[in-house]
Amino acid sequence: MDLLGLTIKDASEKLKNGTFSCSELIKECFATIKKNDKKINAYLSLNEKEALKKAIEYDELIKSDKEIFNKKPLLGVPVALKDLYTTKDIRTTAGSKIIGDYSPPFNATVVKKLIDAGVIIIGKTNQDAWGHGSSGENTDYKPTKNPYDLSRVPGGSSSGSGAAVAYGSALIGTGTDTGSSVRLPAGYCNLVGLKPTYGRVSRYGVIAMASSFDTIGHMTKTVYDNAKVLEVTAGLDPYDGTTFPIKVGQYTKVLGQNIKGLKIGLPKEYFVQGLDNKVNNSIKDSLKVFEKLGATVKEISLPHTDYAMAAYYILVPSEVSSNLSRYDGVRYGGTRDIFGAEAKRRIMLGSYTLSSGYYDAYYLKAAKVRTLIKQDFEKVFKEVDIIIGPTSPTIPFKLGEKVDDPLKMYLSDIFLCPVNLAGIPGLNVQSGFVDELPVGMQIIGPQFSEELLYKAAYLFEQETQYYKIKPKFKNG
Amino acid sequence: MDNKYQVIIGMEVHAELKTNSKMFCGCKNDPFHAEKPNIYTCPVCLGLPGALPVANKRAIEWTVKLGLALGCKINLFSKFDRKHYFYPDLPKGYQISQYDLPFCYKGKVETSLGPVGITRVHLEEDTGKLIHQKVDGRDVSLIDFNRSSVPLIEIVTEPEIYSSAQAKEYAKKLRQIIRYLDISNCDMEKGGMRLEANISLQNQKSNIKDQNDRSKIKNIELPNYKVELKNINSFRFLERGIEYEIKRQTEILEAGKTPVQETRGFNSEKGITYSQRSKESAEDYRYFPDPDLPPIRFDNKWFGEIKSSVPELIDEVFRRWEKDYKVDRKITELLFETAEESKKLDEIFSNLAKQKLDVNKFVNAVANKKITIDLFVNNAEEIISAFKKSVTVDDITDEDLKKIIIKVIGANPKATADLKAGKTQSINFLVGQVMKEAKKKIEFDRLVKLIQSLV
Repeated sequence: MDLLGLTIKDASEKLKNGTFSCSELIKECFATIKKNDKKINAYLSLNEKEALKKAIEYDELIKSDKEIFNKKPLLGVPVALKDLYTTKDIRTTAGSKIIGDYSPPFNATVVKKLIDAGVIIIGKTNQDAWGHGSSGENTDYKPTKNPYDLSRVPGGSSSGSGAAVAYGSALIGTGTDTGSSVRLPAGYCNLVGLKPTYGRVSRYGVIAMASSFDTIGHMTKTVYDNAKVLEVTAGLDPYDGTTFPIKVGQYTKVLGQNIKGLKIGLPKEYFVQGLDNKVNNSIKDSLKVFEKLGATVKEISLPHTDYAMAAYYILVPSEVSSNLSRYDGVRYGGTRDIFGAEAKRRIMLGSYTLSSGYYDAYYLKAAKVRTLIKQDFEKVFKEVDIIIGPTSPTIPFKLGEKVDDPLKMYLSDIFLCPVNLAGIPGLNVQSGFVDELPVGMQIIGPQFSEELLYKAAYLFEQETQYYKIKPKFKNG
Repeated sequence: MDNKYQVIIGMEVHAELKTNSKMFCGCKNDPFHAEKPNIYTCPVCLGLPGALPVANKRAIEWTVKLGLALGCKINLFSKFDRKHYFYPDLPKGYQISQYDLPFCYKGKVETSLGPVGITRVHLEEDTGKLIHQKVDGRDVSLIDFNRSSVPLIEIVTEPEIYSSAQAKEYAKKLRQIIRYLDISNCDMEKGGMRLEANISLQNQKSNIKDQNDRSKIKNIELPNYKVELKNINSFRFLERGIEYEIKRQTEILEAGKTPVQETRGFNSEKGITYSQRSKESAEDYRYFPDPDLPPIRFDNKWFGEIKSSVPELIDEVFRRWEKDYKVDRKITELLFETAEESKKLDEIFSNLAKQKLDVNKFVNAVANKKITIDLFVNNAEEIISAFKKSVTVDDITDEDLKKIIIKVIGANPKATADLKAGKTQSINFLVGQVMKEAKKKIEFDRLVKLIQSLV
């Protein structure tokens, strides 16, 4: 079985027509984990016994119920869940030691939806603790490596989920995207990664980082796969007061529709010094493909881009300091001194920016800047349909390169965090390869425009087929 | 009354709303009757990782309802804020409350000693309950989260209470209003209603001769300290606690010092207040708007619905009854609690009046338990006929009765002489004779009184 080349679409067809069984598929997943995960550290917990049990159960269902794939659209699909996702009776750590032994009594809404759709949980993936990071190196455990080059980072904070899908151990890697954390690992690991519109997917049961920024996204090998998963995870949840009663789109149905006349905006503020030349060229080449497909490209301006990082790094730590208050060691977990260095940094920073006497100058001011950034996008979307830019200013960087310089690490998110400030969706799709390393491209649209993003990404992906380039485990 | 110091009091009252479910989750809201601790809990009110709050609409509506009943202005755009502090009974490390946009503000409660301004009425969640015990010989604190996240309404007054008596009256009146709206049971012993008073003394340059001379008090600058009296669960303790504080603070001020700004509790056994926690400066709660709860916007339709759910204000009802039926408020307020019940009384009173029966007499009869029929279970007809029955037993005037008594006394010289001599059992005989003569049953005590007055 070629796990590295397998997609959800393929797997579903092959399960349906009996090319292989669920049990065979799941066994292969665990075999590749046994072979590779010691070098890659994608997983913090494995769910082998339960997964194999489920696989046998589903093999029976496939035989007995001809309609089962309509009732459970993701039947038998192996999924790697980021360890921020609360899973009932399965260890959930958030990548941290302070709740290193926490076993939740309930499932996150998204986990429940995925289970109801027939997925098989392979395990919980490694991540920057609490979502604090862009490389995976802020985990309280061993850092995850990039399957394309084991001396480099897979991107973070959903580092384990990205690596897990990239090396074939799962077909879905779920994540959270607060400032970059799904799109960046997708960009570094040659995957399609969605940051949905804020409020499109329920946050209930996903451990909170920054409540007004967190979005629940996922990574897959292809656009079709990604769209199929969103059909399951999206929707209003009575347990999450910030979800919207807006109809879930028919994301897979629009794939293949043409994009003639699609207006693409190129933010002039993104193509400046600091952006690696080769990355820049890759994006420019990709834009030519879009033009070939019938789209038009024009330069637009997002004038408050320069203030985005500053606003982000005031608002997010403020909310982080609040959301981490519940870890007091009374009902679960250890004492607060066990928090890692980056968590402590953000708690201190956030407590300061919310403190009396400083709230107005920091939190309130940053919140006002956030509105300006949101308005930048709103204005631009009156002129263009989508915005395209680089996912990262550089190719995947080396382990250890930025971890001692938090500020440098923060700047990895420069093209990504404005999207979280504005609450709009962003989709990473592969733009190409530079020095044999993945380069991602971000497609941004207005609120609830996921259908449009998928439409545009799908045609590009079919034209370029970068998803077929498999990892070589270089420097491993 | 010549007083060198004028006490200035502001009060904060918390009341647990009796919604079916808690403030931010679907757990049962019934902490007082739970059979075991920690049975009405879920990830949300336990503050488990990943849990999210969703606001209880009814609790919000009842808060606005109370604000309207207290004459408050309503913030048609409002929000919840996070109030941060660490304590074992606060599972999230913050309490969801309201900071600068409370649902209600600028209201008023009338007392017989003057009006008390209401600064604000806001909505928040309650904490868990700590129980200190010895377990296996060790002193431990146990936490029961059945109460965690129960909706709590907070009513804050302006510092416009000027005596312990007024404080007590205010608190009683507030409870009456809250129960009238049927939004809380205000069970003080269980902590369903909690009282706090901020007390300080102002040095008077001129003597306040009249406690009601508000014009003199209003222009006073507030003292530069205040002492918070907390965890008071009875009106009597409130009054005594304030009295004790006045004495204690007077002594300190007379010694030329300023009382320490702190939180004190009341020890009911010793009748004293004692220091609990020093409060030199306000704690920094790092308030910010809770991002998990979208702001609340009352549109015309919703606000209109809430407004029309506010019953006739209780003071208005009493005024109306005094005017129409000459009934004393002090008695009628013993007969009912909720607005629903007052409407039932309206029905009974108007029926009585139609039948030209004395409403006052009825009210007194119920208050004195001369009729014991349940006013809110039985219908008006049944109640009125029960009343009529009790009245016919005694429908003879004192004058006519006296005539009969004089006749009976004259006809029974021996019994009368015995009674005069101190033989009290003769009264029974005479009472029986009067009733025989009058051919009806008459209230025993009434007869005894009249007979003795004529003997």
